[in-house]
This record gives sequence, structure tokens and C-alpha cells, in this order.
Amino acid sequence: MRVIGHIAVNVFKESVRDKVLYCIVAFAVILIAASYLLGQLTAGQDLKIIKDLGLASIATFGLFIAVFIGIGLVWKEVERRSIYGLLTKPIRRSEFILGKYFGLMLTLLVNVAVMTAAFYAVLAYQGWGVDAVSRQAWPAPPMDPAMLAAIALILVELMLVTAIALFFSTFSSPFLSAVLTLGLWVIGHFNADLRNFENVIQSRAAAWLARGLYYLLPNFDAFDIKAQVVQGQHVTASSVALSMLYGTVYLVLVLTGAVAIFSRRDFK
Amino acid sequence: MDAISTEGLTKHYTVGFWRPRPYLALEALTLRVGQGEVFGFLGPNGAGKTTTLKLLMQLIYPTSGRAEILGRPVGDVEVKRRIGYLPENPYFYDYLTAEELLEYFGALFGHSGAERRRRASALLDDVGIGGERRLQLRKFSKGMLQRVGIAQALINEPEVVFLDEPMSGLDPLGRRDIRELILRLRDRGCTLFFSSHVLSDAEALCSRVAILANGRLVAEGPLSEILAFKVRGWELVVSGLTDAALEHTRNHTGVLRATRLGPQRYALELPLAVPPEHLLAELVAKGAMLVSLNPLRDTLEDFFVRQVAAAPEERGLEGPRG
Repeated sequence: MRVIGHIAVNVFKESVRDKVLYCIVAFAVILIAASYLLGQLTAGQDLKIIKDLGLASIATFGLFIAVFIGIGLVWKEVERRSIYGLLTKPIRRSEFILGKYFGLMLTLLVNVAVMTAAFYAVLAYQGWGVDAVSRQAWPAPPMDPAMLAAIALILVELMLVTAIALFFSTFSSPFLSAVLTLGLWVIGHFNADLRNFENVIQSRAAAWLARGLYYLLPNFDAFDIKAQVVQGQHVTASSVALSMLYGTVYLVLVLTGAVAIFSRRDFK
Repeated sequence: MDAISTEGLTKHYTVGFWRPRPYLALEALTLRVGQGEVFGFLGPNGAGKTTTLKLLMQLIYPTSGRAEILGRPVGDVEVKRRIGYLPENPYFYDYLTAEELLEYFGALFGHSGAERRRRASALLDDVGIGGERRLQLRKFSKGMLQRVGIAQALINEPEVVFLDEPMSGLDPLGRRDIRELILRLRDRGCTLFFSSHVLSDAEALCSRVAILANGRLVAEGPLSEILAFKVRGWELVVSGLTDAALEHTRNHTGVLRATRLGPQRYALELPLAVPPEHLLAELVAKGAMLVSLNPLRDTLEDFFVRQVAAAPEERGLEGPRG
């Protein structure tokens, strides 16, 4: 664990010194702040617009960071040959992969925290000084703690996306890794359609294939409760916990695959 | 217990995308290196030196055969605690400073914060990195990176050090510093295994060498045995020799080669069978002066060129085996 921690801190240090990351986070914070202005253009929907845009910004910019840092984590080490110096120190290849993963997790956690703080600051400003009558028109209060559950699930989704990007980067180029990761992310958001595929086709084989893919591919929809939270609908703690458990099990399996591939790899 | 031992260590790669075919990178390497030795692993570019080092570091896996360091299989974490490795043309995290890099690697060995700082500072002094140690590595020249690479290989005070082309990218002063560092490590009882195609380094530092060509071991042993230090002729350097006198002398004494060094100054090579005294007497009689008289011996370079030239060139698996 000590070794994993040192590698993770080094990954975090790398991302902190990378100016591109600052640009992404700054852009996200500006967009979240700008949602306040957009909210003013709509009649009675101001808070909803701010929440929609804020949560979408956190999810989208988090996805950018997870994919574009995740795909380069291993590839950059191999391509620049810095891995030769590292793997000959007393570490296991599995510790290298896990260290890289947790380092990016730490980066994501800090960035999501910064974006969340900006989001709540805009919401607090929006809610400040609004009379009780106007408040009753909102489906949920501005500082609704349920949004933290939505952000927590966004974080779990990002953890899974990072694990997938890292998995692909153990054996393919960054471009291919990005295409495959984003491809899986898109498919994963339409995963529920695969389950219902048998209702619209006749072929038994195709139905079985669709059902197999439904279980095999990640179901990213399970982490998306943004719409419910914004509308003020109740989301049970058990369903959030179940989604978290699903994400954790899935990412553990993906990371196990990444370690298995990386452990057998030759660094020519 | 040997510091390093390999038994039939073999590595084949597959090359070609449309018509994949096997390529022999290293064939059945069997080697033993004793503790405290400075072992030179020599060969021309592409001979398989780096492949061997990567196999010993388990950066690549062998097709067959096995390798041990300090009596344990390569790749064992306990072995890694006791060894150091300098890769060829090293590259490190360019966003870190030299100090941070060494402290990071020290942390991976479990050194405490104070210990990490102490070792990093002492090693950077040893390899001649001064005020630059607080600069990010992206600003370092190739030679400075090489020095940092050597420092990181020694961060754990290793018992066995593997250096892949340690003199690469260094200026003459840097080469001298690193040669002295290697000798200090040897005196401390450290085993050194270094690959090089610079033979003067090997001649100056090694107790034993192995020569690799086209993926095959072609010679191995102590330098004193590898080089039959037999006199194979004589070299006379004379001055004040006119061209006419030189021509006359050449016709009568069987000079193998005359190399002009300057105005009326020549190096004359004689076979062992011709005593140099007779030629010297003739030259002095013609007004020449003796500058030096030396026996001609085989150098490591002569031996190396002969061995590499004799090695089979086929690298495909259907080719001859060494």
C-alpha cells in the first residue's frame, strides 16, 4: 500500500503541474458560473437551469479529465521509457497500475470538489434573498443535499471510466484507447435498450446476444440520477448504494484485467 | 553464490505485420558473474546487450531459459531492493526536479524522509549535479540526465549495479567522473555489470568481459585470457628519415607497414621474426634518429573486431545457431 501511495502522489503531482488540467477546471468553473446568467433568461426555470448545467458540467469535464489523462497514464511511461527506471525499483506491476489509478482518482476527486464548490456557490447566490413564495415554486431547495448523491454517483462513473481508460492504455495507443473508452461510455448510456431488444426483434440468437451484451457492458445509466435530483424526485439511499456497489465491482474487474495484461507485457 | 547467472536465456520477437516471422534477439545465453566483479558486456549496436539487460530486469520475459540475481529469480521484489539499474538513454519524469526524482525513488525503497534527502543530496554531489538539482528535468541536457540516471541507480546502495551504456552522452570530463565512480563502487565490493560498445572503457574498468554479436555470445572470460598478450611484431618510430632512405630500407628489411607521422617522421611495423636491432642500425646509419621502439600487442579492439566479424549474421530462427 505504501508503494501504491507514493506512485499515486507522483501521478497527482504530475497532473497538478500540468497546465492543461487547470484550463479544463477553469473552463468548467466559468461554465458553472455562467449558468447563473442563463438562468436569468428563463422564466421560473432559473434554478433548474443552473442545476442542470452545473451537474452536466461536472460530469462532462470530469469525463474529459478521466479519459484524456487515463489513456496516457501507462502509455506515456512506456513511450518515454520512464517505466524502465520505475519498474526496476522494488515494486510489483500490479502496484504500478493501482498507483496510477489511485493517483488519477485523487486528481479527479480534487477537481470534482473544486467544481462542486463552484456549483454550490452559484446555487447559494441564486437562493440568497429569495422570498418564501418564490421558493415554493422550486421543485427542490437550491442547496439540496440530494445533489451530493448525484455528484457522488458522477464520481463513481468517472472512477469506472478511468479504470476502462487505464485498461485500454495497457495494450493500445492513446487514440485507440480514447475511441474505445468513449465508445463504451456512449454504449453504456444506452445499455437499457439492449435489455429490451428482445421485444422488438424476432431472432432468438440476436435477442440472446443483446441480453449477453447488456450484462457484459457497463451500464452507465445506473449512475445518472441528475434529472431526478433536479426535479426534486426522491432517490432512495439503497438505490444509490446499489449503483455504487455495481460500479465498484465492475471497476475492480476492469482493473484486474488491466493488471493481468500489464503483468505479462514486454517493454521492448 | 553468483551475483548474476543465466542459463540458456533466449528471447525471440515476432517481426512483420502482414508476414509475421520470428527474430532472434538473444540466443541461449549462459553466463556467470561473481560477486565483486566488474563485468563488461560488449558488442556492436543491435547485438542483444540491451535485450539481455531488460531480461535481467524483467522488463521483458524470456522465450526460454532462466536468470538469477544474487541467487533469486529476476523480477523478485527482494532482488530489486538489492540492485540498481541505469537504462540506455534514460528518461525520467520531466516535471520533477533531480532532487524530487531521487527522493521519489528513495521512497519506493521505504527510506524515511530525512534519509531520502540525505542520500539524494550525496548522490547528486557524487555525479556532479550542483545547483541544477532544483531545476525540472525537462531543462536537463542528455549528459546531465545520464548523471541523474546513474545517481538513481545507486539510491539504495545496491549490491549489484547494471549500467546500460553508462558513458553515453557524457563529455570527456563526465566519462572520467563516471569511471572513477565505477572504480569506487568496485572498491566498496559492489558487483558491476555494464554494457558498452566503447572498448576503452571496458579495458580500463573490467575484470572480465563477454562479447555478444548478432544475439549470440561469441567470447567470454578474463581480459588477460581473452587477449593473448603475445607480442605480434614491433613498431619503430623514427625521425630524420628521407623518402629515398625509407624506400631503400623498406626493400631490404621486410617492413610490413610504414605510416608517415610528420615531415621525415615515420612509424614502421615489423613482423616478430625480424629483429628490430638490424633495421635500427641501418636507419641510424642513414642519419635517422630513434624516437621509440615498442612491441605490438593485440588490443581488445582487435579481438572484438575479429570475433564480431566471425559471428554468424543470420537472425531468423531458421538460420545457424551459435
